[in-house]
Amino acid sequence: MQIIKNRQLTSDDWRHVQDAEALPAAGDVIVSLARWQSEHDVLAGHDGQVGVRLASSDELGPLVADPAALAKIPVIALEFPKFTDGRAYTKARLLRERYAYTGELRAVGYVLRDQLFYMERCGINAFELKPGKPIESALEAFAEYSVTYQGAADDPRPLFRRVDRR
Amino acid sequence: MYVYDEYDQRVVAERVAQFKHQVQRRIDGEITEDEFKPIRLQNGLYMQLHAYMLRVAIPYGLLSTKQLRMLGHIARVYDRGYGHFSTRQNIQYNWPKLEEVPNILDDLASVEMHAIQTSGNCIRNVTSDHLAGVARDELEDPRPYCELIRQWSTFHPEFAFLPRKFKIAVTGATTDRAAVRFHDIGVRIVLNEAGERGFEIIAGGGMGRTPHVGPVIRSFLPYPHLLSYLEAILRVYNQYGRRDNKFKARIKILVSELGVDEFRSRVEEEWEQIRDSALLLTEAELDRVRHFFTPPTYETLPEDPNALAAATLSSNRAYGHFVRNNVKPHKQAGYCAVMISLKVPGIPPGDVSDTQMDALADIVDEYSLGELVVTHNQNLCLPHVRQRDLPALFERLQAWDFAAANIDKVTDTISCPGLDYCSLANARSIPVALAITDRYQDIDYLEDIGEVSIKISGCINACGHHHVGHIGILGIDKQGVEAYQLMLGGSPSDDASIGKVIGPAFSREEIVDAVDTVLKTYLSLRSSDDERFIDCYRRTGFQPFKDALYANH
Repeated sequence: MQIIKNRQLTSDDWRHVQDAEALPAAGDVIVSLARWQSEHDVLAGHDGQVGVRLASSDELGPLVADPAALAKIPVIALEFPKFTDGRAYTKARLLRERYAYTGELRAVGYVLRDQLFYMERCGINAFELKPGKPIESALEAFAEYSVTYQGAADDPRPLFRRVDRR
Repeated sequence: MYVYDEYDQRVVAERVAQFKHQVQRRIDGEITEDEFKPIRLQNGLYMQLHAYMLRVAIPYGLLSTKQLRMLGHIARVYDRGYGHFSTRQNIQYNWPKLEEVPNILDDLASVEMHAIQTSGNCIRNVTSDHLAGVARDELEDPRPYCELIRQWSTFHPEFAFLPRKFKIAVTGATTDRAAVRFHDIGVRIVLNEAGERGFEIIAGGGMGRTPHVGPVIRSFLPYPHLLSYLEAILRVYNQYGRRDNKFKARIKILVSELGVDEFRSRVEEEWEQIRDSALLLTEAELDRVRHFFTPPTYETLPEDPNALAAATLSSNRAYGHFVRNNVKPHKQAGYCAVMISLKVPGIPPGDVSDTQMDALADIVDEYSLGELVVTHNQNLCLPHVRQRDLPALFERLQAWDFAAANIDKVTDTISCPGLDYCSLANARSIPVALAITDRYQDIDYLEDIGEVSIKISGCINACGHHHVGHIGILGIDKQGVEAYQLMLGGSPSDDASIGKVIGPAFSREEIVDAVDTVLKTYLSLRSSDDERFIDCYRRTGFQPFKDALYANH
């Protein structure tokens, strides 16, 4: 499938494995936080990379408890069950700014073009758009604003620390 | 007042371009009405009963005459010749066409205005004291901090999809005219024990269906930490505020469910992590924004209280009442602030026509140094008037129906749009407000009754602030018929209190008579002519009013 990653279209074969599903024999998979915790040993022996999916109601605590383990996660998928559920924006910023996570942060679920700008500013760099939405034109969303007032994951400095406004 | 630099101007220009494109995609069917909803809402565009409604932000209520003329232009060109000033110090247009909204936003951007975040579950327009900058009881002008908050909150990427809308009010005066205890966050400029200035932070106040008087969560915050502290509160709210039930999603519910102490400790814990980050306001930025609010150059004039007192006894009785009721003290000798009441017979509270806006702009240029303030009571304020100009100003205002002398009187009602416009309402509010205005046209009687605030909402969402009216009226649906609950004893100010429902609801035919009974009961109970309605009610309690209201039921 096509996703947006670092502002470019790319094809992607990470597989979202639901909790009720058996782990495939091989290949890159994304599992829930609960599974990541409870099946740690099985996942460690998996033939392929293992990413973690955070529901909007999940707490960050278990994921960030061990900084070394966090740093090794290649992909963290942040779920947007509805586009109006904004909890993952805070999670993204905390993962980037407080827990120094440098791997891929991927928005999944109800991901729409008009949220991409906010998501990217919060540190999300990969986007699985909601199925059926045009993906090519969505790239334009990143260029709609050339000015931002606040600091965020993209730049911690508010505008008043970036430029001389007098 | 604040003047946009190239960055501010670019933000609003880019927003217009973005919204134009979004409207186009909606018209083309690329996005559904459901997906368009949060986009248009963050741009102040609501679907009302009959049409779209556009809400334009007036940051902390402050308008230049250039802006006022543009608001009149928009009313004339895109609407039906009027605009509605709201309790959030904003202006609303009730009849714009979707395809013309981008043009309206273009026109607004040309005078440094916008409709950004005037609705939706995000941080809304920051409100303040309508006497900010001129009040005698002011410690410091709160507007620089409002402006800093406006910029910080504009397109804040983390807080665009909060559990619910979020309102912040700031005051710098000792008397609260901004209802800071009824906002999601209230900010007061205060002195600490060492005599230093900073902020007191209140969180979790609000009206709506479960009114709360907000508790103080930090008694003193030094200036440079303003934004980091707000960010900490919003972050806690964004993570933990309820999202399962729209009616329990405001921060007031989180604060009351966690308890103030637990809420405070979560905020403080978060703040410890970010308090010394780049969010810390620099002296240069504080100075830059404060500089825009340095007082205008006033003339050196004598303060002449005797002349003002004499004016109240003028042989021109209308003028006398106007000076007594609508003229407020000013910190500069020889000046005053003049309130314009938008509560006149036959006109919905807060409505102003395009020609009135144009005429008012000329008057404000001539008599108030080009500045005008929208108040949260749906009135307007001319903040810089020379006392000696009052007679001439009064005549000019009279010619445009701007001279009603009823500020803070029975007919100075607050009313939401109600069922005449709003899709949420259960009952009409405007006709009730108009009926009260019609009933009390005898100015001597109004003055005899003295200070009373009547606030009317057409549903429990409380846009008309009925919980904090001395007399509150709440429209309800009683088996398909509009009915009105009466509540007594609310106040939005330093003596913050929430009104109590007095008994079974009244019909539309009965409600104004019921208000009249309450007022007559007050007149018979008050200990002296100086005892205000609210003080009398607090002394005598509920019962005598209830007895009078339901004696024949």
